[in-house]
Amino acid sequence: MKYIDEYRDGELAQQLAKSIAAEADTARTYHLMEFCGGHTHAISRYGLEDILPANVHMVHGPGCPVCVLPVGRIDAAIWLAGQPDVILCTYGDMLRVPGSKRLSLLKAKAEGRDIRMVYSSLDAVKLAQVNPDRKVVFFAIGFETTTPPTAVAIKQAQALGLTNFFVFCNHVLTPSAIAQILDSPEVRELGTVKLDGFIGPAHVSTIIGSQPYEYFAEEYQRPVVIAGFEPLDVLQAVRMLVRQINENRFEVENEFSRAVTRDGNTKAKALVAEMFELRKAFEWRGLGLVPYSALRIKEAYAAFDAERQWDVPKDSPPDNKACECGAILRGVKKPTDCKLFGTVCTPENPMGSCMVSAEGACAAHWTYGRFRDTKAQDA
Amino acid sequence: MTLSRRTHPRPLDIKNGRVDLTHGGGGRAMAQLVDELFVAAFDNEVLSQGNDQGAFSVPGGRMVMSTDGYVISPMFFPGGDIGSLAVHGTVNDVAMAGAVPIGLSAGFIIEEGFPLSDLERVVKSMAAASKAAGVPVMTGDTKVVEKGKGDGLFITTAGIGMVPPGIDISGDKARPGDVIMVSGTMGDHGVAVMSQRESLGFETEILSDSAALHTLVAAMIKAAPGIRVLRDPTRGGLAATLNEIAAQSGVGMEIRERDVPIKPQVMGACELLGLDPLYVANEGKLICICGPDDAQSVLAAMQAHPLGVDAKVIGVCDEDPHHFVRMKTAIGGTRVVDWLAGEQLPRIC
Ligand code: SF4
Repeated sequence: MKYIDEYRDGELAQQLAKSIAAEADTARTYHLMEFCGGHTHAISRYGLEDILPANVHMVHGPGCPVCVLPVGRIDAAIWLAGQPDVILCTYGDMLRVPGSKRLSLLKAKAEGRDIRMVYSSLDAVKLAQVNPDRKVVFFAIGFETTTPPTAVAIKQAQALGLTNFFVFCNHVLTPSAIAQILDSPEVRELGTVKLDGFIGPAHVSTIIGSQPYEYFAEEYQRPVVIAGFEPLDVLQAVRMLVRQINENRFEVENEFSRAVTRDGNTKAKALVAEMFELRKAFEWRGLGLVPYSALRIKEAYAAFDAERQWDVPKDSPPDNKACECGAILRGVKKPTDCKLFGTVCTPENPMGSCMVSAEGACAAHWTYGRFRDTKAQDA
Repeated sequence: MTLSRRTHPRPLDIKNGRVDLTHGGGGRAMAQLVDELFVAAFDNEVLSQGNDQGAFSVPGGRMVMSTDGYVISPMFFPGGDIGSLAVHGTVNDVAMAGAVPIGLSAGFIIEEGFPLSDLERVVKSMAAASKAAGVPVMTGDTKVVEKGKGDGLFITTAGIGMVPPGIDISGDKARPGDVIMVSGTMGDHGVAVMSQRESLGFETEILSDSAALHTLVAAMIKAAPGIRVLRDPTRGGLAATLNEIAAQSGVGMEIRERDVPIKPQVMGACELLGLDPLYVANEGKLICICGPDDAQSVLAAMQAHPLGVDAKVIGVCDEDPHHFVRMKTAIGGTRVVDWLAGEQLPRIC
């Protein structure tokens, strides 16, 4: 597919890397946070760090939807899967995320709960259609990108007259998470975490547009460049950020103009607004309770809301004590700072959520980058 | 595969653990189950070779034996079905020792209620595949389980073959400096099967590459009897298979992303599904590792065979105490090509 290859061209990448090196001021460092797991994955998958100058540091952000769900919500999903007649379905990666007591949906499935992996929200609706005597609960997760498909699924279930389709809604919002990070003491007061700029999400921004980032670019004086998920997109965004920082500008720029507009997808936004409302607060792994950072289903669609149909437990058990996912999601620590990394915690036996999805910082570093650590040890 | 060769951070939790889908995914979890349970229990020299087939001496030469179970869903897919796959897969496992396949056995586990017309279709396809390969099904077994106790049809086949004199091919023979090649494009089978899963809702023109590779192997060992390793990258794809060989041989590897042949349509479909084609299964491709002096003649022999026209050198083995498989990425960075964690494609073989 020519379209994809164009964004992975090796020579172009080298040229871009050279121009970043030429423009970056050797007297300073550039700490750039890629918010999105998609970027974290691309950076590790293509070994981008190998071609960036040494004073440009990429800091992984909290934008991996699987990583940010707190233990309590995983436990709640496992609990739902144990209710009479329930088939719980969700996207593949969620199955392996550890809840409390080292249980995961995958293990609950092996113990006999009816848990299925689906590729799309509409598959979940289909499941409800062909299993009229069962209650199908779709464990919905993700940022703004996955919210419209969940809304479409509810619409479709309604059109089909299904009374056995429910959504356990865990959709979260990107801008509130970025603001939370910038407000954190490590960034604001202590200065232990340096963040000079952000690479903004690709797919999320196709829905919400670039406008929502304007507020904190200005308020927090940090440049934001929205970028696609291909390696050349990321390099281009790094160059644009380096330029803004050098010129003391704090603007929202759009590298991903082939897909992102200022206003985003108004149709999708309208659909989401019709069906969902803001939660007052929602717990994020690593960030704690973040005000107005997640969505719940509106009263008008209560018949489809798993949280209204069942008395879903609201406990919030703590993370595994040794797991540093929380600090990693805030950009405070690196995967290798965690004692469990690669010893007891690996993608086969994840102790924390960051080790599950390929977009999680620990999994990405373990899967693609760990040869660098052993190189350092061997030397 | 001996325990010492792979270190798993935590031993299997036999007391409380349960088998989950990752134990069949072709990744590290499966390797651990095989190492710590099967190999440990059956403990013998042939099994401990850690290959997809066991080789042993008989009066008159060396033989190999191999077995494989087929649980693919859906049963019929573009380019093949569970029947042809059951023939090709096992013929290939035998052939990867450089052996000439002699015959197969076939066991059928059928669920009550399975349509006879489907069974006939599968059996006919199996017969055609075995005839085309020149490897007869010599014995079989039939079991029917109650409705709900199986999923339509599972097939197991076993195969035997004879290793020509002077040929010694095994996963533990790769050495630093050896050249790594593949016989064609990666990922076709897995994507063809995925495209058939109704729920995925995308159409591709990709056909499964399912094919019997023993004639290709015969041509290759004729060109270079000193070939060190042959293996077909099925479950877990190129990535898992290279990691197995690296661990077994105690070498590192470096491959070049640009040189790994992948069809644009496969690339596109993987993009759509968020898959990495290096982990997607193949059923008609092989990986060959040989000494640098043999590389040109093996490559030429592959490219002259209809099943190897797209063959390519993709990298080299090197010295690395950690046995990493590394890849120079398209944009010039380096990454690890790891085992598959969890399960990328459910039941594609
Ligand atoms: S290595 Fe594992 S335990 Fe440590 S922070 Fe990462 S996910 Fe958590």
